[in-house]
Amino acid sequence: MNDVLDVALRLLVVFVVFLTFPLIVGQTEHKVMAHMQGRLGPMYAGGFHGWAQLIADGVKFAQKEDVVPAGADRRIFQLAPAVALLPYLLVLLAIPIGPGEGAVGQVIDAGVFFVLAVMGVGVLGSLMAGWASANKFSLLGGLRTAAQLLAYELPMLLTAASVAMAAGTVSLPGILDAFEWWWLPWQIVGAIVFFVAGLAELQRPPFDMPVADSEIIFGAYTEYTGLRFALFLLAEYAGIVVLCGLTTVLFLGGWHGPWGADGLGWVWTLLKTAVLAFLVIWLRVTYPRLREDQLQKLAWTLLVPLSLAQIALTGIVKVVIQ
Amino acid sequence: MAASPPPSRPRIPGSGLAKGLAVTLRTMTKKSVTAQYPDAQPDLPPRTRGVIGLFEENCTVCMLCARECPDWCIYIDSHKETVPPAAPGGRERSRNVLDRFAIDFSLCMYCGICIEVCPFDALFWSPEFEYAETDIRDLTHERDKLREWMWTVPAPPALDPGAEEPKELGAARKAADKLAAQQAPPAAEPHADEQARAAEQPTRPQGDSKQQTDQPKPRQEGSE
Repeated sequence: MNDVLDVALRLLVVFVVFLTFPLIVGQTEHKVMAHMQGRLGPMYAGGFHGWAQLIADGVKFAQKEDVVPAGADRRIFQLAPAVALLPYLLVLLAIPIGPGEGAVGQVIDAGVFFVLAVMGVGVLGSLMAGWASANKFSLLGGLRTAAQLLAYELPMLLTAASVAMAAGTVSLPGILDAFEWWWLPWQIVGAIVFFVAGLAELQRPPFDMPVADSEIIFGAYTEYTGLRFALFLLAEYAGIVVLCGLTTVLFLGGWHGPWGADGLGWVWTLLKTAVLAFLVIWLRVTYPRLREDQLQKLAWTLLVPLSLAQIALTGIVKVVIQ
Repeated sequence: MAASPPPSRPRIPGSGLAKGLAVTLRTMTKKSVTAQYPDAQPDLPPRTRGVIGLFEENCTVCMLCARECPDWCIYIDSHKETVPPAAPGGRERSRNVLDRFAIDFSLCMYCGICIEVCPFDALFWSPEFEYAETDIRDLTHERDKLREWMWTVPAPPALDPGAEEPKELGAARKAADKLAAQQAPPAAEPHADEQARAAEQPTRPQGDSKQQTDQPKPRQEGSE
């Protein structure tokens, strides 16, 4: 009975985090982006500086008609948003925010493995949406998503492997237990590559070629309306939370901080994740979209060699300190 | 060659990217320029082309505004009245009386030509702009509404320091001096004082005098 309660509680907490954190990131994006462009952003919803804007958006989306195009592959089309969103919920389950058993949804021995594999599934949602919509813009978006996934999954995996090599384990809490502060400069190249590749996988600007609205309307999501469209948007923001959390855990030392080691570790995790999320928004506001060929070039000629170099460096240092 | 880049030290790779980040971050820390319009009224300059006010006491029904209007959106009706002679044995004078003055703001393109051509300063720009209607016919503002707008006309901006005195002021002062010189020796006639006072006041509101920031009321008083 106690075990059941424990599991239920953990699932509930993870679920609440999954529902709130993406909204917080989204609201922050509204406001930060606005102020970076000299605007105010939402000011009315909820009364105080538009804090309830995303709730209002959600209500609006829920009211809209759920249209499935006549030529669409109905079942796949309707399933795609769930496929895009749910993997991030699963990944969130495995991210430790503090030391010990109590601060992680589920300890998974092959944590890095699980997390990266499941995150890759999320992109499948876009592919399904692109193919099933029976729309040329959706198909183009889906193909671009596929190309982007192929290009950026590799450097992401390689840099994650570098951290796993350094720690000698693929368990996420295990990596954090082994973490030392000097890993930060040691793995910095890997961290940057991982973060950039993660951004590209989430199709965030400046890597939003698959949804480039000036060219292909909204890519794979062109035909979606109402709640299913909202789920795709939510998946993007859940992806930000997951990516920032993963980068924090793998490269920035998670719950380790200059002080407050006992009891306050989770604050460090959340703080680092929040700073990274801000960085994601900042990058979006600052840089223009990469062209498709530039996107591929960045992955294959810069990120992959860099991640290979990082692995080599990790191996050398690992051998030397033993 | 003009096209060749200026000789500079080798650029650090990624410095352009960093500069971009700095720009957005700096903008974020600055106060945003958004005007929160319905909550805060905009601070519009005095000559803003919001709506046209009619000061009908100045109107002589010369029809210049209606004729020059490119949109033909000014409607004027009038009739003539004869005024009995001022002195016994004099001639009767005829006078134009305004019956209707309306501007159709659904046609108006806010060019301001009517205001420019009015020789008697009867039309003025007002910065008021919140007069949207749900029925297009309500956008035809009749003379009472145009009169209401008149009270929202702000004083024109003050003249630059050291600027030439407006011609109206000089002319009015000259006329007043002349009248005063004429009427000083004999006993003051009942109307002379009033006329002199009217002449002293320019028809246009003057920005340099706080007393006259309101509308040119003197003519109105004089006509009574």
